[in-house]
Amino acid sequence: MQKLDSKIPDGPLAEKWKNYKAGLRLVSPANKKKIEIIVVGTGLAGSAAASSLGELGYKVKVFCFQDSPRRAHSVAAQGGINAAKNYRNDNDSVYRLFHDMIKGGDYRAREANVYRAAEVSNDVIDHFTALGVPFARDYGGTLDTRSFGGVQVSRTFYARGQTGQQCLLGTYSSLNRQIAKGTVKMYPRRDMLDIVVINGKARGIITRNLLTGQLERHSAHAVVLATGGYGTVFYLSTLGLGSNATAAWSAFKKGALFANPSFIQIHPTSIPVLNDYQCKLTLMSESLRNDGRVWVPKKKGDKRHPTEIPEEERDYYLERRYPAFGNLVPRDVASRAAKERCDAGYGAGDSGLSVYLDFKDAIGKQGEDKIRDKYGNLFEMYEKITGINPYRQPMRIYPAGHYTMGGLWVDYNLMTTIPGLFAIGESNFSDHGANRLGASSLMQCCGDGYFILPNTLSDYLADDIRTGKIPVDEKAFEEAEENVSERIKQIMSVEGKQTISSFHKRLGKIMWDHCGMKRDSEGLKKGLELLDQLEEEFWADIRIPGSEGELNQELEKALKVADFFEVGRLMCEDALQREESCGAHFREEHQTETGEAKRDDKNFAYVGAWEYRGKGEKPGLHKEELKFEYVELKERSYK
Amino acid sequence: MDFKLKIWRQKNAREKGGFRTYPINDVSPEMSFLEMLDYLNKQIIESGGEPVTFEHDCREGICGSCGLFINGRPHGPMRRTTTCELHMREFTDGDTIVIEPWRSKAFPIIKDLVVDRSSFERIMHAGGFISVDTGSAPESNSLPVSKNNSDKAFDAAACIGCGACVAACKNSSAMLFAAAKIAQYALVTQGKAEAKERVDKMVRQMDAEGFGYCSNTYGCEFDCPKGISIDFIALMNREFFSSKVCRQIPGRYTRKV
Repeated sequence: MQKLDSKIPDGPLAEKWKNYKAGLRLVSPANKKKIEIIVVGTGLAGSAAASSLGELGYKVKVFCFQDSPRRAHSVAAQGGINAAKNYRNDNDSVYRLFHDMIKGGDYRAREANVYRAAEVSNDVIDHFTALGVPFARDYGGTLDTRSFGGVQVSRTFYARGQTGQQCLLGTYSSLNRQIAKGTVKMYPRRDMLDIVVINGKARGIITRNLLTGQLERHSAHAVVLATGGYGTVFYLSTLGLGSNATAAWSAFKKGALFANPSFIQIHPTSIPVLNDYQCKLTLMSESLRNDGRVWVPKKKGDKRHPTEIPEEERDYYLERRYPAFGNLVPRDVASRAAKERCDAGYGAGDSGLSVYLDFKDAIGKQGEDKIRDKYGNLFEMYEKITGINPYRQPMRIYPAGHYTMGGLWVDYNLMTTIPGLFAIGESNFSDHGANRLGASSLMQCCGDGYFILPNTLSDYLADDIRTGKIPVDEKAFEEAEENVSERIKQIMSVEGKQTISSFHKRLGKIMWDHCGMKRDSEGLKKGLELLDQLEEEFWADIRIPGSEGELNQELEKALKVADFFEVGRLMCEDALQREESCGAHFREEHQTETGEAKRDDKNFAYVGAWEYRGKGEKPGLHKEELKFEYVELKERSYK
Repeated sequence: MDFKLKIWRQKNAREKGGFRTYPINDVSPEMSFLEMLDYLNKQIIESGGEPVTFEHDCREGICGSCGLFINGRPHGPMRRTTTCELHMREFTDGDTIVIEPWRSKAFPIIKDLVVDRSSFERIMHAGGFISVDTGSAPESNSLPVSKNNSDKAFDAAACIGCGACVAACKNSSAMLFAAAKIAQYALVTQGKAEAKERVDKMVRQMDAEGFGYCSNTYGCEFDCPKGISIDFIALMNREFFSSKVCRQIPGRYTRKV
């Protein structure tokens, strides 16, 4: 087993990054022109990295599956982006942001990485402002902030409810500038299907041109994955439908370790499933729980209209179970409680898979105008999707898969266990532990892409100044392309009867039921069994119309779903080995008498990193011990 | 609900396309428009046909991928709504629904309902940015921007780049799209330094791509899913004319003093 070296520098926490950075090697401007870098993905992390590497003078090639880099799913982030500016004079600091993140992650993240993310957060805000991102401002012309869940300071910068969109358009604009200058070449409508490793180093990728079906070889001196999370394993999630795990998974199969795959954040307040053909769940901001009361009918299977159910027949289960926090319990608790009620048969709506979020009392006390002031745009969005006016009757909500804290294992340099292969943003595992704090994902993506990776990557590339262009006729390229081609042929040759989406839907249900908000040993084992069965059926009965040599959306889906069976299995394996509850990972066997998560710091304060050992083989587990020198490990208490 | 769908089918850019009619039954009013098409595609695939190709991703109205011309209107009958946010309850049982791709010379058809919007990208490459390198930004609050301007800049920046403005316009003009970006940067202090060059380059690229001119029919504003105001076109025109008499730009717009 290889030893995991996180390469965390010595020295005091606050000095680590500064001192480490000062010691990193550089590549001279003349040599940079000779070095090529591939960046896969154009969300916040990818387009930030590509543009800053382009500015430095490297030759950058960027890939995305959409028709434009501006459509990456970072665009859908709503709430905001954190930074430790302390503009409100509320005694915020880099240390406080770091501490909140470590605690929010339930003590399963690396101190040094999290501190660095907090440290560069202020530079990110400055850069976005300079790029013309229209953050909310106060009347004096300075930037406004707001508070976000679980913290006591106001450090979240925002652009109405579209912060992700505005930040992404910011990184997209800096990317466009480099494309115009010729330092970055953009390859849209490409799926990355394999990574090419030559003499142990990542040297290129195989892509499929989605318009022509052509397989293409692209070489470079280093490859950066910024391909997001794998939350669409649940089929129904808050993610874009194109989001997938394939790029990261191909890296896993070529030797990159995959860390904490079972850590997935389930967001409690999304619009529930309204019909059988639904394939997407839309998020409703968590802030609604400030004024909304959550309830289900007291009577099992009560299908009356919610306004016809009298007060005494309603079960305000969060207030009942958690009198101290009431409706404002943390995300994981709220999600699990909703699931428990629905599973027990008390859920609302035809499907029985939703709970009510009621504003009647708040409207009665504060008036409709006040509520419109606070949540007007959310109410409007809810009405557009459901056709129901939430001022008149309660919203229906249900938890949905949202964000993956797990991802490719990376060291302090953001490099995976394959030399020359880097992973940034949501695609790596590094900064959020077992649970992500609101508004930290945008912060991490941009910090990784703009301010961290360009430094660590240059250090790696300092060894490559004499390498010269990597030829694409190397044997490794040939083999990788052959593998991809074989896989496509295999998929096309099944000629069964069922659509890819119908398999994806069933796969998602298995994962949701057995590796979702609550897990137990028996259920996880059952889930593994069901995954095997479904995968077998998949390879025997899928139908892909058309050919591989054209725009073929069913083939694209098939390639992604095929990987999700394997991703799902690894998630179950990881959830099985982690005999504790922490953050989003809740094992039924490990809870306190009152149903709270029971962490086991003595035995499980580690990062679980998995190694691929071949098809059908059980993956191997490596453990990176987490050392806490600055933060005291405590129980997260909401009582 | 039951519908008759008339959908534009076209194998690729070279072959000629045409309408095909598909009856569809048992549609739930809760389905979104794209879920209705997913449902249709499932039936087509299971009966051995080739599904209708259309673009989509986020399905919550923000990525700008989807965009169908529905019954003669970009994104269909609902105002300020993208195709993915449109729901079947907005239609009447028994309706015939005509579904076409965006129609514009600058958006060539790729397949079925998918068009090539790379002309938008090239307009952005021409000048849709503020030239600032990573690391060189001043402290955010050192350059105040009035709340009014900042809010207006946001209104412009809300553009999702879907192309509905072009599809709505009888001249296939992209002026609302270009104006939204030009206005966003013209309104904030940070974008002023290169405002003149920016508008000049972006407008020239827009013309080169084959988009038409604006003749003030307001169709783009009416059908924009994000409600972007045509006022920004006026702002762009003002910026453009002032760039023509500006002495700072090298090249053909320079006047010797």
